[in-house]
Amino acid sequence: MIELVNVHKSFNDKKILDSVSIRIEKGETFVIIGQSGVGKTTILRHIAGFFDPDHGDVFIDSERMNGAGTGKKARLRERMGFLFQSGALINWLNVRENVALPLVEHKLGSISEINRIVDEKLELLQLLDSADKMPADISGGMKKRAGLARAIVRNPSIILYDEPTSGLDPVMSARINDMITRMKSELGVTSVVVTHDMVSAYNIADRIAMLYNGSIIECGTPEQIRGSSSPIVRQFIEGSLGGPIDV
Amino acid sequence: MPGNFRISYRRSFMNSVSALGSRLLYQVNFTGFTLILIFNAIIQMRHAFFKRREIIKQMYVSGVKSMVVCGIVALLGGMIFSLQIGLQLKTYGQSDFVPTMIINVMNKELGALLTGIILTAFSGAAMAAEVGTMKVSEEIDALEMMSINPVRYLVMPRMAAMMLMMPALTIYTVILGVLGAAVICYFQLGMSMESYFRRIVESIWFKDMYVCMLKSLVFAVIISSISCANGLKAGNGALGVGHATRVSVVSSLLMILVSGYFITSLFYGGFL
Repeated sequence: MIELVNVHKSFNDKKILDSVSIRIEKGETFVIIGQSGVGKTTILRHIAGFFDPDHGDVFIDSERMNGAGTGKKARLRERMGFLFQSGALINWLNVRENVALPLVEHKLGSISEINRIVDEKLELLQLLDSADKMPADISGGMKKRAGLARAIVRNPSIILYDEPTSGLDPVMSARINDMITRMKSELGVTSVVVTHDMVSAYNIADRIAMLYNGSIIECGTPEQIRGSSSPIVRQFIEGSLGGPIDV
Repeated sequence: MPGNFRISYRRSFMNSVSALGSRLLYQVNFTGFTLILIFNAIIQMRHAFFKRREIIKQMYVSGVKSMVVCGIVALLGGMIFSLQIGLQLKTYGQSDFVPTMIINVMNKELGALLTGIILTAFSGAAMAAEVGTMKVSEEIDALEMMSINPVRYLVMPRMAAMMLMMPALTIYTVILGVLGAAVICYFQLGMSMESYFRRIVESIWFKDMYVCMLKSLVFAVIISSISCANGLKAGNGALGVGHATRVSVVSSLLMILVSGYFITSLFYGGFL
């Protein structure tokens, strides 16, 4: 379970998060939507422990992430995988070495065992043919899939996705969405997804929360969000120019 | 009007003081960050065997690849230096002292200094740019997310490689500097090779050699730590990486000169 309690965060006197409280249940897929630069990724980074809130607390399975020491943060992060927007692959390692990196660095198995696990994940994301390619030689979508393979290689119980479908073609987006859904149904993974892609959000979410001006203004099931009467939510999900959101 | 002018003058003065204070605080913070980085990297050297492949790769990148530049600079440096002092000493009939001066200067100062300057420009800049690019493209965050210590994974291998290659390159620079000077002594000062190298061997002092090695080790730590620290603190995309690279080169060069002075002063200034 992930819980953000009354989280406030400012950068250079600019308020990004203003009293954000979220409770994400185990096995839930929670999607955060909102305009660019509104603070969606900042929420993910609080959950991952990269940022500490100015006020408020972040709990991972009832353990406080904010203010934790390096050792405790590392221990809490072992339960998590993070799919970064760009994939964040280490550029001098090929796809296979990137996916194997956490297993090799933590010596989680023999070489043959690690190879077996890596092949399994690469096959799951249809990357086996590109296993020996360098990050510079693969497309953005492949980088994202390789990043996802690396995020799930240690079978985390929580996966944080930062714009998992941005820049991907519709078929690849559908594949990533399918992966996220399967991670939940087959492995019971808790997912927190930050996205602009409403098609993706409706497909994968158990609940969707809309972040606006640093606060969660609406949170509910995809059906509730679809039927929302809030003019801000309506403008965002319909992608219209006229409305209360400054464009 | 005079009142308004005074208020505006006072505000601008206060803003300048505040900016200076912020800059000073940043520098103190960055110095602390770099010192902690050095300490952590040295602690992480206990994992050096596990990271041997990366260390060897870094030795190649920061050491072997800069051998040609080091060689050219050392050879020409030795030639220029011996020509300048040789022509001066020849007018007094003292050109026999050129080999002694060459080996003394190369061993005591120029060997480590030239190598330090070349490695700062060649490897330090590359390190800052590489680590900075990793920082802005979220690769450092990805490492932390995998519970991989970036100091152990990135900084320690670079520092260890630099500490291994810098003394070796310094010896190489000294040797090539001496060879460059030999060419000038033979062709322009009319000194025989046998007499040149005999004087060189007679003038090598053990103290000069270990001070030279100490300097090269200190320079290695300075270059690798400042470059990695600037890379790890890089921000704002390509602009941030460029800034980190520039600052790392300038800071490394300054610190090399400052530490070089203090080591020389410590060993030759009557302290030790």
